[in-house]
Amino acid sequence: VGHLFCFREAGLTNGTPVETSSPASTSSLLNRLQLDDDLEADIRDPYAEAAETRDLFVTVDDPKKHVSTMETYITYRVSTKTSRVEFDLPEYCVRRRYQDFDWLRIKLEDSQPTHLIPPLPEKFVMKGVVDRFSEDFVETRMKALDKFLKRVADHPVLSFNPHLNTFLTTKDLNKRQGLALLSKVGESVKHVAGGYKLRARPAEFGAMGEYLDTFNQKLGTIDRIAQRILKEQSEYLTELREYGTVYSSWAGSEDELRRPLEGVGGCVTTCCGALEDLGDGMSQDILPVLREYVLYIESMKSVLRKRDQSQAEYEGRLEAAVLRKQEDRTPMPLEVEKCQDKVECFNADLKADWERWQSNKRHDFKQLLTGMADKNINHYEKCQAAWESLITLLQDKQTEDKTSETN
Amino acid sequence: SQSANVMSPRELSLRFLPMLCGVTAQMLEEGSTLLRRMEICVAEAEKRNGKNTVNMQETFTVYLVETRPMDAVAEGRNQAPDSLWRRYSEFELLRNYLLVTYPYIVVPPLPEKRAEFVWHKLSADNMDPDFVERRRVGLENFLLRVASHPVLSNDKILHHFLIEEHGWKEVVYETGFQAKADSRLRALSATFRVRNPDKRFMEMKHYSDELQSHTSQLLRARARVADRLYGVYKVHGNYGRVFSEWSAMEKEMGDGLQSAGHHMDAYAASIDDILEEEEHYADQLKEYLFYAEALRAVCRKHELTQFEFEMASQELVSKKQQHEELSTGIVRTFSFKGMTNKLFGQEAPEQREARLKLLEDLIAEGEEDVQEKTVEEHVERAWVDMHRFKEQKDKDLREALINYAVMQISMCKKGIQMWSNAKECFLKM
Repeated sequence: VGHLFCFREAGLTNGTPVETSSPASTSSLLNRLQLDDDLEADIRDPYAEAAETRDLFVTVDDPKKHVSTMETYITYRVSTKTSRVEFDLPEYCVRRRYQDFDWLRIKLEDSQPTHLIPPLPEKFVMKGVVDRFSEDFVETRMKALDKFLKRVADHPVLSFNPHLNTFLTTKDLNKRQGLALLSKVGESVKHVAGGYKLRARPAEFGAMGEYLDTFNQKLGTIDRIAQRILKEQSEYLTELREYGTVYSSWAGSEDELRRPLEGVGGCVTTCCGALEDLGDGMSQDILPVLREYVLYIESMKSVLRKRDQSQAEYEGRLEAAVLRKQEDRTPMPLEVEKCQDKVECFNADLKADWERWQSNKRHDFKQLLTGMADKNINHYEKCQAAWESLITLLQDKQTEDKTSETN
Repeated sequence: SQSANVMSPRELSLRFLPMLCGVTAQMLEEGSTLLRRMEICVAEAEKRNGKNTVNMQETFTVYLVETRPMDAVAEGRNQAPDSLWRRYSEFELLRNYLLVTYPYIVVPPLPEKRAEFVWHKLSADNMDPDFVERRRVGLENFLLRVASHPVLSNDKILHHFLIEEHGWKEVVYETGFQAKADSRLRALSATFRVRNPDKRFMEMKHYSDELQSHTSQLLRARARVADRLYGVYKVHGNYGRVFSEWSAMEKEMGDGLQSAGHHMDAYAASIDDILEEEEHYADQLKEYLFYAEALRAVCRKHELTQFEFEMASQELVSKKQQHEELSTGIVRTFSFKGMTNKLFGQEAPEQREARLKLLEDLIAEGEEDVQEKTVEEHVERAWVDMHRFKEQKDKDLREALINYAVMQISMCKKGIQMWSNAKECFLKM
């Protein structure tokens, strides 16, 4: 139980950094530099240390479509690099589909009930509404699966889970699927049977629950605002496009003014392009992460519930044992002590995971919001550059005209 | 009511002088326009109460027109300017007088009578302080343009307008300019029936239509864009509120979130000033929208003079023909007189003499009327002014576009600043 408290890493993604949007711009370069500076100064996230001690690297990429007589589906390449003894080889490369990730998650939940398992992107998508094979959808899903796997691989306990090993190494996962479905049913029955009446939930877990509820609310609000902004920007874009064309059509009836008018029309068009990019960036990179956190909150809440159950079970048995003890003076049965251990273990695991989750959340949102700021800055930079080059062009022409006049 | 602008009206007019007026040192050198001798500005606006033409109480705005001799300014004598109050309707009267008196000049336009092309936030109310302020600037611009015009600046009525507060209206009416105004119907008829208008003028008229169409399209589109942009910025203000609420439940993240929220609020608020400044650009476009109308008026005047010349020429030809017929007895064309003469015999010699005399008088009159000179004069003078107008327009609009680009750059810089500030706060989370 003790080892859980040693790992204070921020659960940062290993492998390639998440931000891939603007490789060459000054601002993203500065952003990376600043981020590193910040992390070195941050005692809670010994990023540098953790990176050096990390011995398991996983990546999800390369989506491919498979067409068979029964169905069409996408698989992803899952690559592993490791120096751990639990793995026979230092490198692995397998193909997995969403179903396989789902299997892994269920196995992890079952085998590590006291731990918070990171969420998967949504399983079901309405066939008519969302195109499951569109580039954007696949890209977004893949990023979420990558994040999921990295979070598991970074977890000090979960990363050693044999099911993870199987997932990362076995060529053909299909044989295991059947077993997974059966075991899932079994577990859920067991969980429902236990009573929920708690004597006294420790305050810290109550606070966690409240925090999650409020945080959920805030996330919902932020998601709504982000969507509203997207909508407003889209309407602005429509008008802006029209606006640009008016300049171009006016240029047609002018001679001296043709160049300046076309120039302004051109700048407006450039700004339209930049705005479109901003909108795409927001819907691909920002909104999915917000939604993923909502799922994360739900996972966390379900773990809290399980903890409550385990405590309720212990309290129930304890009560029964105490009554019996009063009657026939038998010593405290072993199973009650086992139950108590179980609860204490659960509490400790949960606390550690909570801290990790909070730390991850802080890092993730810092990255998310910084990314959002960067996208906006980048958008304005593009627009500014366009207008500045127009002024240079027009002013050069002006001096050109003046010199030709005086000559 | 004192305007709440940071800049004084004088500073404002000096700032916009090159932009709005196109009056440069170079122009002041060429020709001795009024502006060279006299400094003019519309310094203030005030509300007044009074009775209107139907004897009902009304509130209206008056504008203070200040003038100062240029040599006093040059010598640094801090002389107090002469001033008088004028209403918008008096400016309109002045302009109407100039339009009728100088039909070959593209007369500078007044600022709009009512607020048009408004986007949702702007008030369409004539009493709105922002509207009044922009109108004040527009009226000043009008006076500066007129006073720097090589022809218009010499007009006595203009001088009176600037110097004589009372009795000016009577002086204007006394010129009888209203009687000289062309009837709309006649002008319209000329447009349709003129046979040989000057091609250049027809092209110019076509151009004026294009200019009017494009500037009004642009103004409409710009207003819609402004409306949408306003919405985008303001929604960001919601981030401010939610970050603030969220920060209350966080420990390490709290401060960063809270300050970032403030920056989001600032970002949302920044759009107000940005769009306020853009209104100046819209005003510059509007000026040329109205200028297009003035240009078309000059072209129409040409059509009218040409038409009248054609009509008069036709009349003269017909009279000469009648004279010839009557004097020679040879009927070239069919006429009822000719027919009746044949049928009922010719008229008596005295009557014939009388008619011949009448025709001769009419022909003499007609020959005076048919002075191609009128048409040519108008064409010459108008062509000069249209050329001057074109150069002014090209210069002004080019500068307006450059200034628009400058405004856009400023907006981008502000946006970068705000988001960078927010980003710094996020990094501290």
